[in-house]
Amino acid sequence: MNQRRAVVTGIGVVAPGGVGTKAFWKLLTDGRTATRAISHFDASGFRSRIAAEADFNPAACGLTAEETVRMDRAAQFAVVAAREALADSGAAPEEVPAHRIGVSVGTAVGCTVTLEQQYTQVSDNGSRWVVDAADPFPHLYRALVPSAIGAEVAWAAGAQGPVRTVSTGCTSGLDAVAQGAQYIEDGTADLVLAGATDAPISPITVACFDAIKATSPNNDDPAHASRPFDRDRDGFVLGEGCAVLILEEAGAARRRGARIYCEIAGYAQRSNAFHMTGLRPDGLELAEAIRVALDRARLPVDSVDYVNAHGSGTRQNDRHETAAFKATLGEHAYRVPVSSIKSMVGHSLGAIGAIEVAACALAIEMDTVPPTANLHTPDPELGLDYVPLEAREYPVDTVLSVGSGFGGFQTAMVLTAPRPEVGHD
Amino acid sequence: MTDTQAAPTAVPAASAATGVAVVTGVSALAPGGIGTADFWDALLEARSGLGAVTRFAADGFPVRVVGEVAGPETVPGVDPRLAVQTDRWSQLAMVATDEALHDAALDPAALPPYDLGVITASSSGGNAFGQREIEALWSKGPRYVGPYQSIAWFYAATTGQLSIRHGMKGPCGVLVAEQAGGLDAIGQARRTVLRGDARVVLTGGTEAPLSPYALTCQLASGLLSPGADPQRAYLPFDEAATGHVPGEGGALLLVEDAGQAAARGAPRPYGEIAGYAATFDPPPGVRPGGGPTALRRAVEGALADAGATPGEVDVVFADAAGSPDLDRAESACLAEVFGPRGVPVTAPKSLYGRLYAGGAPLDVVTALLALRHQVIPPTSPYVTRAAAHPIDLVGRARPARLRTALVVARGYGGFNGAMVLRSTPPTDSHRIPKGRVR
Repeated sequence: MNQRRAVVTGIGVVAPGGVGTKAFWKLLTDGRTATRAISHFDASGFRSRIAAEADFNPAACGLTAEETVRMDRAAQFAVVAAREALADSGAAPEEVPAHRIGVSVGTAVGCTVTLEQQYTQVSDNGSRWVVDAADPFPHLYRALVPSAIGAEVAWAAGAQGPVRTVSTGCTSGLDAVAQGAQYIEDGTADLVLAGATDAPISPITVACFDAIKATSPNNDDPAHASRPFDRDRDGFVLGEGCAVLILEEAGAARRRGARIYCEIAGYAQRSNAFHMTGLRPDGLELAEAIRVALDRARLPVDSVDYVNAHGSGTRQNDRHETAAFKATLGEHAYRVPVSSIKSMVGHSLGAIGAIEVAACALAIEMDTVPPTANLHTPDPELGLDYVPLEAREYPVDTVLSVGSGFGGFQTAMVLTAPRPEVGHD
Repeated sequence: MTDTQAAPTAVPAASAATGVAVVTGVSALAPGGIGTADFWDALLEARSGLGAVTRFAADGFPVRVVGEVAGPETVPGVDPRLAVQTDRWSQLAMVATDEALHDAALDPAALPPYDLGVITASSSGGNAFGQREIEALWSKGPRYVGPYQSIAWFYAATTGQLSIRHGMKGPCGVLVAEQAGGLDAIGQARRTVLRGDARVVLTGGTEAPLSPYALTCQLASGLLSPGADPQRAYLPFDEAATGHVPGEGGALLLVEDAGQAAARGAPRPYGEIAGYAATFDPPPGVRPGGGPTALRRAVEGALADAGATPGEVDVVFADAAGSPDLDRAESACLAEVFGPRGVPVTAPKSLYGRLYAGGAPLDVVTALLALRHQVIPPTSPYVTRAAAHPIDLVGRARPARLRTALVVARGYGGFNGAMVLRSTPPTDSHRIPKGRVR
């Protein structure tokens, strides 16, 4: 079969608990959590005062002073992760025609850190509706339009092919990787930087989740606050970070002798058309996305070796996705390991979907399933194997990763170990 | 909601599929023209929708001229319960969607929900709503931020609301590339339909970028016109061009497979989305190599995707940035591809402003209306083409035989997009609507 297939040949990660893919994977396999009291700003007065923060020093990560001023924190993450991913892939972007390099980067809230900081300046801390427009921060427009993040990644990679910024809230990461894979499948690009970034730990974003009580108020015990699938969960813990993957056409990657982490074998996106934030417990639409994704991957349900759950740490999510897993995987749902890395790195909104794909690619490469940290008392209503506390050595060839987000969006993606029988010319 | 649904089906392909993506319903919401008919009349009469800022006290504000969609900030026709949880940008999209659905004679409830997708473009999200909530946070405290900030400000709000409102459970998406993003959204909608991942996709985009803080952010781009005269503030391809005027509004449209549209008894399609391509400029300061510019690659890529030669293109809807360098790059590109003055070029947006995510969808709708009515809507009569631009700039409504149109769009930072639209011949089952050409 001559169908073009997208494979992952490089990974770059900026995540809480340490910058870089190595630090990220170590955190996950150690089962450590990177959630803590918010240090980015004075969070006293907020309901939820905890987050998974990245210890990120732009200069130490190779960004120039000019780049650091020009780019919002979310864009900085993306450029650093893009550079790591390119280096990891061994692909030489200068040897690929610039117009054959594409970018698909997701973000849920874009450059809100800069937008909010600059707003406080021109509004005199919110005291004037008609703000002082006389002399705005020179890079302020880049903060208003999150496409600036896509542009920065394109500049970093010298991409002159199709470049897009995908912003479907908390499924942005999976959706951006899927659309990057489409560039490869459609033949519109040969090398694609696909991923997602978010830096939402700022007062306005923390306040907006406070207002709907979506985030955990467990301020006294931040390290154990993100508790997906646990009976005592009480909301998600906001995170930040980024992952960028290098995608190439399978045959071309093989010919150049690239290390292939995995193939993006199938994906699908569906919506619940129900509620902007609410989920029905039946998980119907997520189940449909899973079914279509597996169908496109041409894989039977019992081939799934690991389910990377959305696992945000809310009761409604746990029930919603568990129902979807049971509906689609049947008996196999009770055998396959299911885990949520949000227990360790928090929920970085649009970024997390891409960070989770990075974790899945590493799970396949390392034959190890990351655990669900903090899972001491599994919710008896749920009943699946959520890999509590400790990483598990386990042969992983096929992974299902899912995401669910505000707006009702549900995305499923299937990743497989490189399949020699397909993708060759 | 307690409905139980029949077992969903993962089989997207239907026998009626033809592999041709057509537009079966359109809408238009622009400064100077609310609704498709009003908008089209305004264009043919070259009625400008640009004027002074009225939505806030703008004395001394450095932006003098904008394109406002007339009416109160809460868009009329939006359910008050929804109005309190949405920004104006989403409300504009809701109203436009109602028009597009009606135009396409499409009742979403009559189709399987997974066969209906929503893919919109957004460039700056829920500006006024977001500013109000940040103001509450910083002037009063975190507890004064309302519960709807989490669903009104982010770029996906419009797609989510439209999906919920119309029961559309198929593929949903949101794309951002400033003024070029609308073409990406429509291109993705076309791909979705052609791949059989949905039968109908609601697509396009709107923008409401005129709140005080959003305008301040735009000022930093250096691309806004400082002009105070509404007639002369936005003069693309003119010697006197000094930037663009930002406007609000946009267009939603329905894209579906031609065969499936016919099978459901849809009205005659406006035309086919025949080709699309997107490219990105080299980084600033990097001299492009010897080959074609990225903009030219987008135009030629869209033509190749459509299987069309430059000679087949009957009209070009220009991006028309209104800044001298950007205008020169576009006119040079068009002269290279089509020959100097080789094709009529028009920029109706000079009458109502640049609408960012709403801009390209509205140009696509305008191009489709031009194909239907066989007339090229004009550029603002106040524009005098500078000699440096070797293009046939259409200065007044021009009747012409139109079969193929090209829409060009560029987004801040280096995004280029192009889309080819082709008229679809009427079939026996479609009445030819009465033209509005005068």
